[in-house]
Amino acid sequence: MALLEVQDLHVYYGNIEALRGISLHAEPGQIVAILGGNGAGKTTTLRTISGLLRPRSGSISCAGKSLVGVDAHVIVGMGVSHVPEGRRIFNILDVDENLALGGYLIRSQHQLIKERKAAVFTLFPRLAERRGQLAGTLSGGEQQMLAIGRALMSNPKVLMLDEPSLGLAPILAKSVLKTVREIANRGAAVLLVEQNARQALAIADHAYVIEVGRIVLEGGAAVLAKDERVQKAYLGGFESVGSA
Amino acid sequence: MLGMGDFLQYTVIGLTVGSFYALVALGYTIVYGIIRLINFAQGDLSMVGAFLGWTLLVSFGFEHLPVYLALVIAFVVPMIGTAIVNLGILQFAYKPLLRRSLLAILITALGMSLLLQNAAELIWGAAIEAYPPNLLPLSGFFVGPVHVTYVQIALVVASLLLMGGLVAFIQGTTIGTAMRALAVDHDAARLMGINVDAVIRIAFVLGAMLAAASGVMLGIYYVQIHFTMGFLLGLRAFTAAVLGGIGNIPGAMAGGMLIGLLEAYTTGYLSGTWEDVVVFGVLITVLIVKPTGLFGERVAERM
Ligand SMILES: Nc1ncnc2c1ncn2[C@@H]1O[C@H](COP(=O)(O)OP(=O)(O)OP(=O)(O)O)[C@@H](O)[C@H]1O
Ligand SMILES: [Mg+2]
Repeated sequence: MALLEVQDLHVYYGNIEALRGISLHAEPGQIVAILGGNGAGKTTTLRTISGLLRPRSGSISCAGKSLVGVDAHVIVGMGVSHVPEGRRIFNILDVDENLALGGYLIRSQHQLIKERKAAVFTLFPRLAERRGQLAGTLSGGEQQMLAIGRALMSNPKVLMLDEPSLGLAPILAKSVLKTVREIANRGAAVLLVEQNARQALAIADHAYVIEVGRIVLEGGAAVLAKDERVQKAYLGGFESVGSA
Repeated sequence: MLGMGDFLQYTVIGLTVGSFYALVALGYTIVYGIIRLINFAQGDLSMVGAFLGWTLLVSFGFEHLPVYLALVIAFVVPMIGTAIVNLGILQFAYKPLLRRSLLAILITALGMSLLLQNAAELIWGAAIEAYPPNLLPLSGFFVGPVHVTYVQIALVVASLLLMGGLVAFIQGTTIGTAMRALAVDHDAARLMGINVDAVIRIAFVLGAMLAAASGVMLGIYYVQIHFTMGFLLGLRAFTAAVLGGIGNIPGAMAGGMLIGLLEAYTTGYLSGTWEDVVVFGVLITVLIVKPTGLFGERVAERM
């Protein structure tokens, strides 16, 4: 059984079925990309795994333990960390406080908090220079670094990222994705939702393509990058500006 | 110089009363910051605290204990008892409504205020009760023309200590940081591993404890207590919270002091009957001119 295992997930908003049987899995050290157009159900998938939404049916497990019906704040403690769409950092708190909240579950272990903060600052040196700055006044790129750093404070087994490169300059987007690769190389399983399919496939090991709540295509990232259907739908020339 | 003496005398009174308002206003503001709920029972929680303190001191006779011991009991036990009452209100009245309409919650909050008043009337009766008048020395001293009593000093110092403790908790602990984070984004807080329901309960406990402390202080200061005393107190403290920018903690403290001063000056220079006219007149003016409150940067709207 894989570290993260999702089986036949069905999720509704009221009467509208947003996920119509999603199955996927991820292993430690792997980046698994989730691609798909607007409204396909990518964010819904991540929100269901992290416990913000309840599935109507289907199963989710991390390291063999079921996550279905478990409260979101408990799921964090089970090793799943979610960097939500739009970053959603706490803009009225400073960088240090945002990171402290990322380590909320280990808040009484001051030494551990210090070590994890140091690790985040090694990964994102720009954050170290801005420890006392209000998060709302950070640049977009710095906010994304903070959102990722905050999620790493709980030392997750599974890290889920919802469009981390959105709104970033191409160079910055690339550097953020490179960092994501680094995080995976250290042993986390990474679930990466991206609009930027080309760059996502470049760093991913495996990928799923979602359309209207269903997985329509899956396979090795290198294989999918060459797939004609994927190229036509998601690797069109429109996003080639600036992408190498 | 006589005019100046009067002014300073009213200021001393105003700051004393203002510190009570500030404590109650903090309860409004903490709870509002987290769940956008005006807990209208806040003033009545203060009344409950006052009666619990009275029960201990007078009915149980703890007033005859050494004064420090009597005071510790008269503050700590009502603070705990009132916190339990507020947790009950949260659990049974507000929680089922939290994700429903704001109007339903608002009306429920008014209902809780009445419920506490009626319960208090049933338990303690409709008569005016009196705190032991000699609990603290009634004497004082003169600073120039201004008379300051030891009771005033003790109560203001106690209020400031409580407020300082609250600020230290909210600014200096991770749970306090989580409380501030909830003003911004509940879902993001959940993703940090924050048990949002537990933090809401902590906010209700803190709000109730401050209210109860202010109730006991009112009992000691004014001596007389009555089951309806929470109504005007709550309204004035609410005004204080709005003046300071609701959701804003330093604002609530400053707003409380301001309302206390306004009340003291009005009573001193005009007459007691003008108190509410002036206090609420100021509220309306502020709401028109600067709706976010005097110190208001706006509390970030929740998503
Ligand atoms: N809170 C909601 N209430 C009702 N419908 C919703 C809600 N959130 C999402 N949906 C619907 O569910 C479907 C999937 O949305 P989702 O946000 O998961 O898409 P997505 O793949 O993340 O899209 P995008 O790339 O634009 O972020 C969409 O049709 C959307 O309109
Ligand atoms: Mg999305």
